[in-house]
Amino acid sequence: MPVVMDADRIGRTLARIAHEIVERNKGVDDLALVGVRTRGVPIAKRLARALKEITGHDVPTGALDITLYRDDLMRHAVGPQPQVRRTEIQFSIDSRKILLVDDVLYTGRTTRAALDALIDYGRPKGIQLIVLVDRGHRELPIKADYVGKNLPTSPEESVQVRLLEIDGQDEVVLEGGGA
Amino acid sequence: MTTASTDIDRQPAVTALRHKDLLGIVDLAPDEIALVLNTAEAMKEVGTRPIKKVPALRGKTVVNLFFEPSTRTRTSFEIAEKRLSADTLNIAIGTSSVVKGETLADTALNLEAMAPDMIVLRHSSSGACHLLSRICRSAIINAGDGMHEHPTQALLDAFTIRERKKQLKGLKVAIIGDLLHSRVLRSNIHLLTKMGAHVWVCGPPTLIPTDIRKFGVTATSSIDEAVEDADVVMLLRIQLERMEGAYFPSLREYFRVFGMTETRLRLAKPDVMIMHPGPMNRGVEIASEVADGPYSVILDQVANGVAVRMAVLYLLAGGAEHEDAA
Repeated sequence: MPVVMDADRIGRTLARIAHEIVERNKGVDDLALVGVRTRGVPIAKRLARALKEITGHDVPTGALDITLYRDDLMRHAVGPQPQVRRTEIQFSIDSRKILLVDDVLYTGRTTRAALDALIDYGRPKGIQLIVLVDRGHRELPIKADYVGKNLPTSPEESVQVRLLEIDGQDEVVLEGGGA
Repeated sequence: MTTASTDIDRQPAVTALRHKDLLGIVDLAPDEIALVLNTAEAMKEVGTRPIKKVPALRGKTVVNLFFEPSTRTRTSFEIAEKRLSADTLNIAIGTSSVVKGETLADTALNLEAMAPDMIVLRHSSSGACHLLSRICRSAIINAGDGMHEHPTQALLDAFTIRERKKQLKGLKVAIIGDLLHSRVLRSNIHLLTKMGAHVWVCGPPTLIPTDIRKFGVTATSSIDEAVEDADVVMLLRIQLERMEGAYFPSLREYFRVFGMTETRLRLAKPDVMIMHPGPMNRGVEIASEVADGPYSVILDQVANGVAVRMAVLYLLAGGAEHEDAA
């Protein structure tokens, strides 16, 4: 069960992404962060803190639940529904550049759902995608703008991102896949 | 959000309902009730968006089968279904084959042949939903059956209480009015006692069911006793249409003895909530000043009804937990 990122590495990676955000957008003026539930939310909040340290400005931060937009919701005739949680976006996304934040980018289906969900809130000027880990195996034409770590994986493996706020510690672990 | 809590009504242990239908609160466990209420919190947010619609139930067909007049419940279900992108079909008694003598079972079987995913049923006979549940593959949602249950009303009441009071456990809830004919009462008693609230029921002795104490409630004919230190006061409509015979001398007399007035309200807790499932008889079970007053959450109940029904529709659309093979 190899640890591919420890707490220090995660911290440095998010600091680097924060700097990339400022550089690429020439500041943080019309930016807003939206974390995809569950683990995109604390990552978005950490990036907001980092951006505040770098620029002195607050970046509005929200949480997006994509459950009701999933493409596999009604695929099975019977089966429990995934749990729906509240979306909290307390600002207008119109004419802002939205930084969409998720922990792992895999098939791209979550991101597709997140884009649909987000656009129901308004018409942002643009959407940029931030992920802590890109593990490959895309099934949709989706690409991240900021990547913490590119991690080559096999489909049998699973990538677990654990965060202090939810799991009590910071680490990224590669699990399964056999010997 | 992520703070640890031992409160069962905050942290549901389940992620799905255990039955394919919602026939009554009596069938729900406390963790299932908490799941519906938590899901409704997320659904409520959908109603605040510029585009009040999510694609969750796309391609699902829901039939609203109403054999009794209803404005609030039917509209509320229909809005909930549309916000979830389901296709909806409304069948009202006056325009259906029922007027030609078709039985409920035949009507249901014919609808079933057109393969709807869910049927929302309102019927004047207690147990009508259970009958449909036995003969239909579709999920049945009880929108009120006779004098039996009205589960989504109790769920929206609980949601409204929890929104203000944060939890249901330990609250004193006084339910006053026509106890005998009320399905809202029965569903609320099941729900509130399961979630640990103290339920007091009050009405004229002629309108108190004889075995009501078996359900773990305190029954009284003194409204002052019921209202004293109550966190929630819920008024029930005097259902003249269901009364055959004289249960009390007159409506004026009823209001004098059992009507909720501002004077009586002062006996309750300072942050009391006044609730009514509607439709209200002003000046019978509730004074207008109370219904429109600062403690009234009657219109919040209506607003929350949509969110709670969205939650129920969403959770039942996936089928029951025990049927899941994976």
